[in-house]
Amino acid sequence: MAQATLESAAAPRESAPAPAEAKPRRSGKAATGLLTTVLALLLALFIIGPLVWLGVRAFADTWTYPHLWPDSWTTHWWQVVFGDKALGVAVQNSLFFAPLTVLVSAVICLPAAYAFARFEFPGRRFFLIGLFAANAFPKMGLFVSLAALFYALNLMNSILGILIVHVLGTIVFMTWIPSAAFAAVPRSLEEAARDAGASKLRVFFSVTLPMALPGILVAAIMSFLASFDEAQGTYLVGAPDYMTMPTQMYSLVLNYPTQVAAVFSILLAIPSVALLLAAHKHIIGGQLAEGFQIK
Amino acid sequence: MTTNQTLSSSAPGAVAAEAAASTPTRRSGGLDVRGLHKVLGGRTIIDSLDMTVQPGELVSLLGPSGCGKTTTLRMIAGFLAPDAGSIKVGDREVVHLGPEQRPSAMVFQNYALWPHMTVAKNVGFPLKLRKAPKLSKSVIAERVEAALALVNLVHHKDSRPARISGGEQQRTALARALVQEPELLLLDEPLSNLDAKLRVKVREDIREIQQRLGITTLIVTHDQEEAMSMSDRIAVMNQGRIEQFSTPSELYSAPATEFVATFIGSLNRLEGRVEDGRVVGGEGVVGIRPEDVVFVEDTDGGVNGARHSAVDGLAATVERVVPRGHFAELYLRREDAELRAFVTGALPSVGARGYARIEKWLDFADGKLVRQEVAQ
Repeated sequence: MAQATLESAAAPRESAPAPAEAKPRRSGKAATGLLTTVLALLLALFIIGPLVWLGVRAFADTWTYPHLWPDSWTTHWWQVVFGDKALGVAVQNSLFFAPLTVLVSAVICLPAAYAFARFEFPGRRFFLIGLFAANAFPKMGLFVSLAALFYALNLMNSILGILIVHVLGTIVFMTWIPSAAFAAVPRSLEEAARDAGASKLRVFFSVTLPMALPGILVAAIMSFLASFDEAQGTYLVGAPDYMTMPTQMYSLVLNYPTQVAAVFSILLAIPSVALLLAAHKHIIGGQLAEGFQIK
Repeated sequence: MTTNQTLSSSAPGAVAAEAAASTPTRRSGGLDVRGLHKVLGGRTIIDSLDMTVQPGELVSLLGPSGCGKTTTLRMIAGFLAPDAGSIKVGDREVVHLGPEQRPSAMVFQNYALWPHMTVAKNVGFPLKLRKAPKLSKSVIAERVEAALALVNLVHHKDSRPARISGGEQQRTALARALVQEPELLLLDEPLSNLDAKLRVKVREDIREIQQRLGITTLIVTHDQEEAMSMSDRIAVMNQGRIEQFSTPSELYSAPATEFVATFIGSLNRLEGRVEDGRVVGGEGVVGIRPEDVVFVEDTDGGVNGARHSAVDGLAATVERVVPRGHFAELYLRREDAELRAFVTGALPSVGARGYARIEKWLDFADGKLVRQEVAQ
């Protein structure tokens, strides 16, 4: 009873000022609201439209010109994709290379990231900027000279060759983002751990690494997606022996009906979307994102 | 006309030693620093510093920012290697040891709690690291509970540091230091991030716990009130040196140098000396505490003026009145000097006339105290 009266008393008080305030600006507000809605709808159409088209296309049997909707529906194209050995192998290859790339890249880049964040050494800035070299030139030019080198080293059509291409594409994320994350760990937190009796190695694994983990995770996800998406270099170095999902897309677009390409691109998108959703939950909603004030 | 007072020091640490004796559960070693020297970037930060802290004593390093007090603390904790000197805790030389091997525990200015661990995990971490003997989970839990009970935080043991208030974070940091049962407790500006009300309470809590455990404690602070109210002794630092190392009351009543006299409390600093109650110019510096300036207002328009002047000092005019709570600060103009005086009770108004007398003063030569004098 008491609660109910309190609530009913509070409700009008909260709502009362709103209309009074809104009245003079109503027309302006309405216009802004309309504009926002239109823009949002356009944006939604721009983003979701192609996805809807893709989804419809993946289940369409025939879809002829004047019709807005497919003539009939089928799951035939999914059977084609799952039945095709080459496509299955491509999925397997992609799922093999992407995690391996993240692992190798992490092993190479994370120590470098820590060094960039914590130590002052000659040429520090030069090397940090130099990491952009791999991304500074047109990719195709880089891959052509890489191919020349790979022929000489017998790395063409090899797992190692493809791995090198993939890792090269992740070096910038895997160094810069974790480096910023390491640098953001306050030194006093590391000192407090030393003071508590932890060795330097223990301090790194108990304090520095867990605190830098969100940044490292972001870098790992970006690397995973970069590797999953890498087509040009993989095609040049790996085809035709090692086909991954994006390189297989090329032949799909050329050799199969568009419906198969639609099915395949949906499959290609699944890991990316899943990872981004997982990352969103872990990084944005995680306890590490809670504001913690440290001078 | 004047009497000289000797600058003797009463037995330091007597109070603390007593406290240590009453709680025999913890043996706390003293601290002995000899010839500590540190040069950073070509500048001498710490200049051959010597300091002895008795077992169970609470000592404050007090000084303005940049005086080297934090550098000294960081060298004692082991985060910074001195260029020369020795640091002994108890009977053990620790200067070559890393911070993880020293028998000291530190409370950081920003508390330095690990945000990815709960309060209990933060406090338990130092115990988890113990190698010989390795502590079992139940023993750790028990000791964490006891440490949290000591600082009244048991109810927050599963909270993350970001979820508790500044004062609670501070107490967590204190519990994390105390759980290690250190021989030496180091606190770096422990109260500077707390609001004024809480600061008074926390400093009393720290003092109470320190005395109960009889733990040798070194506090770095720039706040003289904090140092005066907590410490057995205070080391006043300036430009990498200890200017004076004595009890709070002695620091105030018998400052060894002009720097200490101006840094601790309030001081009228005048060039010259005092003769027959009058400030006359000349060599040296005279320091007069505002509470040692007595002002008597002439309320009857000079009718009894003759009676005042000889006994009650020189004619003075009130130029400014600054209320400071339970007392007020008067800015007085006399024919010989401008003086500040502290008064309680009824306040004179600006422009009021009367007589001001100097009761006690300090004579300095070359920055050092020469004499403490009292008017007769």
